[in-house]
Amino acid sequence: MTVANDFRAAAARRVLVKDGAYGTLIQCEGLKEADYRGDLPLNHDQKGNNDLLNLTRPDIVRKIAKQFVASGADILATNTFNANRISQADYGAESLVPDINRAAAQIIRKVVEEAAADGKKRWVAGAIGPTNKTLSLSPDVNDPGYREVTFEEVKDVYREQIDALVEGGIDFVLIETVFDTLNCKAAIMAALEAEAALGRELPIMISMTLTDLSGRNLSGHTVEGFWASVRHARPLTIGLNCSFGAAQLRPHLAALARHAETLVMAYPNAGLPNELGCYDEAAEETAVQVREWLDDGLVNIVGGCCGTTPAHIAAIAKVAADAAPRKIPAPSNHTMLSGLEPMTLAA
Amino acid sequence: MNDFSSAAAGARFVNIGERTNVTGSAKFKKLILAGDYDAAVSVARDQVEAGAQVIDVNMDEALLDGELAMATFLKRLAAEPDIARVPVMIDSSKWSVIEAGLQCVSGKPIVNSISLKEGEGLFLKTARKVRAYGAAVVVMAFDETGQADTKQRKIDICERAYKLLIGDGFPPEDIIFDPNVFAVATGIDEHRRYALDFIEAAREIRARCPHVHISGGLSNLSFSFRGNEPVRRAMHSVFLFHAIPAGMDMAIVNAGQLDVYDAIDPELREACEDVILDRRPKAGGDATERLIALAERFRGTDAAEEKKAAEWRSLPVTERLSYALVKGIDEHIVADTEEARQAFARPIEVIEGPLMDGMNVVGDLFGSGKMFLPQVVKSARVMKRAVAHLIPFIEEEKEKSGASRGKGRIVMATVKGDVHDIGKNIVGVVLQCNGFEVIDLGVMVPWQKILQAANDNNADMIGLSGLITPSLDEMVTVAGEMQRADLRLPLLIGGATTSKVHTALRIDPAYEGPVIHVLDASRAVGVASSLVSDTQRTPLIDTTAEDYEKIRRSRERSGHSELAALPDARANGFAYDPSGKAPAPQYPGLHHFGEWPLKDLKASIDWTPFFRAWELAGTYPAILDDPVVGESARSLFKDAQQMLDQIIAERWVTPKGTVGLWRCRREGDNVLILAGNDWTRVPFLRQQVKKREGRPNMCLADFIDPDGEDWIGGFAVGIHGLEPHLERFKQTVDDYDDILLKALADRLAESFAEVLHAHVRNRLWDYADEHLSNAELIRERYQGIRPAPGYPACPDHSLKPILFDMLGGAPGEVTLTENFAMLPTSAVSGFYFAHRDASYFGVARIGQDQLEEYAQRREVDVETATRWLRPNLD
Repeated sequence: MTVANDFRAAAARRVLVKDGAYGTLIQCEGLKEADYRGDLPLNHDQKGNNDLLNLTRPDIVRKIAKQFVASGADILATNTFNANRISQADYGAESLVPDINRAAAQIIRKVVEEAAADGKKRWVAGAIGPTNKTLSLSPDVNDPGYREVTFEEVKDVYREQIDALVEGGIDFVLIETVFDTLNCKAAIMAALEAEAALGRELPIMISMTLTDLSGRNLSGHTVEGFWASVRHARPLTIGLNCSFGAAQLRPHLAALARHAETLVMAYPNAGLPNELGCYDEAAEETAVQVREWLDDGLVNIVGGCCGTTPAHIAAIAKVAADAAPRKIPAPSNHTMLSGLEPMTLAA
Repeated sequence: MNDFSSAAAGARFVNIGERTNVTGSAKFKKLILAGDYDAAVSVARDQVEAGAQVIDVNMDEALLDGELAMATFLKRLAAEPDIARVPVMIDSSKWSVIEAGLQCVSGKPIVNSISLKEGEGLFLKTARKVRAYGAAVVVMAFDETGQADTKQRKIDICERAYKLLIGDGFPPEDIIFDPNVFAVATGIDEHRRYALDFIEAAREIRARCPHVHISGGLSNLSFSFRGNEPVRRAMHSVFLFHAIPAGMDMAIVNAGQLDVYDAIDPELREACEDVILDRRPKAGGDATERLIALAERFRGTDAAEEKKAAEWRSLPVTERLSYALVKGIDEHIVADTEEARQAFARPIEVIEGPLMDGMNVVGDLFGSGKMFLPQVVKSARVMKRAVAHLIPFIEEEKEKSGASRGKGRIVMATVKGDVHDIGKNIVGVVLQCNGFEVIDLGVMVPWQKILQAANDNNADMIGLSGLITPSLDEMVTVAGEMQRADLRLPLLIGGATTSKVHTALRIDPAYEGPVIHVLDASRAVGVASSLVSDTQRTPLIDTTAEDYEKIRRSRERSGHSELAALPDARANGFAYDPSGKAPAPQYPGLHHFGEWPLKDLKASIDWTPFFRAWELAGTYPAILDDPVVGESARSLFKDAQQMLDQIIAERWVTPKGTVGLWRCRREGDNVLILAGNDWTRVPFLRQQVKKREGRPNMCLADFIDPDGEDWIGGFAVGIHGLEPHLERFKQTVDDYDDILLKALADRLAESFAEVLHAHVRNRLWDYADEHLSNAELIRERYQGIRPAPGYPACPDHSLKPILFDMLGGAPGEVTLTENFAMLPTSAVSGFYFAHRDASYFGVARIGQDQLEEYAQRREVDVETATRWLRPNLD
């Protein structure tokens, strides 16, 4: 049985649980710049470079992953949201990108293997963030045709990260927090090319983020338009993360759940940030909202994003345990095209 | 199928805008060569505004850096949400230009094109790249030996390409074939069949290559008539008229420049038809000569023709608006609205003035019974488009001056657990026609969202709708939550199962604000208008409250008709007659029907309920000649037939169904059914109202042999695939077609249930030997019944999950909501009883004793059973 089929079989039996956010817990550690830097020869201030901790403080990353395992997470993501050449350029740490990703995957793989003693199956998802450059928008309001990066550049950046994560032992590529659909398409192509080079299946998980309550991402896609645009990846999971809290995500998740003929994964923030930028939705509150999704059969996999802690994941895992997984709709033979909005043709 | 130039064109085929093409548009080429991308972008915008559903972009020009021009233009489009909302067709003969374009498009575009011109290897390699970019692809009918010109070559090349692509994993639905539109009427004999070959090849390709689409560029066709626009347009329209039914569902075309087929001069139309269909070869092959001779007469006739065709177009603009509204003509509405906007000081005055005047005429005609719902919905479609045009201007003005509001604002929703919305949509349309602002929250709406929307929008009232009985309880919940939230705005209740009595007894007491049951769409306006009127509001609320109080008091006093104790009712059960027992089925077990032929369902449609859905009273076919509603019914029936034919020809929907025939045993009022390896207990309810002598207290279980093995059946059918069409109607703001399609789908589901039942009686179970006409079928002149959970003989909707489980989970791919509504909405399910004496009846009111016993039989608590059986307890 391939890892994807294995995963699908498990998801058919019950609602699976993804872990929560690294950032929130790393913040609690109160680390100093020196903790981040370790003994690496880097020039820039490294404070806040959470991805670098995979190399300099693997103990902290391991501890967090173990907490999520203990909370009941079935899918453990790597701490690599910004571990790509574009984002690491801000820290002058581009040359460390392969090392960071390889180490990050190895840490989580080990945690999962150690936990396997309880007989439960768990999976490692290599987290690929959106980078901080966008392929669909111009940073210059006076020149709407300008782009800071090209498709080929972004694809190569993703390929480098994916190859290192694969080396470190991930099961899936998780393209998350997609605010620009074209960046996502570049990541998909990188993953497909990595898969071809690898000669074995490399399943893709895709998770979009909405930037406003009308339900569009930054490049302007509705969830249906987004699904039409990335469906060619034949992703193992499609879904939503980050954005806002579970309550506000619900209608958009419902739209996606209706259309997507694959597993749906959603991991919300712990509500909306308060005026101080902190997430203060209690674990139970998040779980109650997630439960509504489950009651309505909208999701197959649930977890947490910004502001969620092991307590949130434990609460979510508890409601997930009693819930029936969403039924996957039959594959459609309708042609789906998309501008920013979807366009479906009759079969 | 004669009006594809109207805005409804999207309903039939996708028109791809052709003006952003340097090879086809001299103007666009000039702009791109000059680097004037601002102006070039506005060419794209014009096309989208004119109704192009996809825009074709082509930069194949020797003087241009094609890759750079393609990328630059597409990046510029990405910054224009009103253009970027539609998909792009990236059109080039060079792969490098196409790839440059693919790298700039965030949605899912179409690549135009690839072909077998340079062999299979390169073809597949390119196709794989297209797929990795997530695009659909146009495949030209072109192979190593050249472009396909004959019908057979077109078919062969497309089928070969199809097999190669499918074998390589390319999704069939992402393949669009272009079998080459060539010029006809060139005077060269070999060209005579070009158009006909395309049409015939299209039909064959669609049959041989499932799920693909057919596209083509129209301008080639009329190449011989360059400079003679009337003739070119006529040729294009005639060509599409024949090519669309054959399966062509996309065309690169200037949509604004197609003629209405019926409006083309008959002589010209016939001449075009002769050329396109190659119809006069025996008469010496003079079709081309005739068209050329005629063509001169039509050169430059555009202006005169248009004037003649539409005298009303010369009326003053306010009268044109009124005329368009009353007649339901949406062709010129945006242009006319714009003209009116410029003539008035403020955009809102266009709505308050001529548009409302027009709608008042519509409202008066409707109110006085001179106009009927189908026409009103058409008028509303025109109104909505006019208002949609004005809204941006009104918003702009609001920002400057502060807000204003219409007559009143109503939040409407089909409640949680229910998916039926035909009635709600009709009420919404009628209210909008009368100046109300309707915020429609759709179907399956939880109370939180309803309250939230009412609050956010500062609504004047809330309207709830539902069709299935569990929705009645949900409405009580919403009312209770409104009370909890301390709201006082009026709550309107409507929908097929709602009633004044239920509203008075259950909903009204749950909420201190005004609660009013609205019987049908025609009453909605009166009620809503009164509620926003200073003088009529209080009297209406007071009389309604008194009325409901009266109902409550009279219910208390008179009580109900007397009930028999359950054992007495059982003792008075229907006497089973062994001589009427049906034999064992020929084919027991489960039978799945993945796609029942749609055309089989047309003849057995029962049209009477269709007219009822549109609030036209009468029996089909007599209703068509009814002196009062006949005209409206005929017009509606014509539209319905036309859409139905299209549904069938283009396979818009798929009927799926499952039948199960099982061994069973009777156990009191339960039937034990052996589905698969497990026995399932299905409890039925018994009539308990005291009967006069000789009349039994019926229960469905009475039709099963009490003394031995017997047989029972179950089924579910669903009509699938409406969504893309409804979505399209939504985008073209077309309530009329939306309601029409839903109503037709409901009819098809019922018809399917009827046809499938006949199949069961005559083949699968095979207990009957029938030769019934459709009319006899509709009147149920046959042995056996198919009672549905939630209907009078079997009123508990919650039996559906049990039935569905026995049928394998999602029979006919129909699923259930938490309140047991079926999805898709157009679905029917039920049990089959084959006994000669089996007949329909209503369980009606039952007693507390049966309720408690039923709860035990269902293994649920009494509270749950009470919720399920609520309608049978009052």
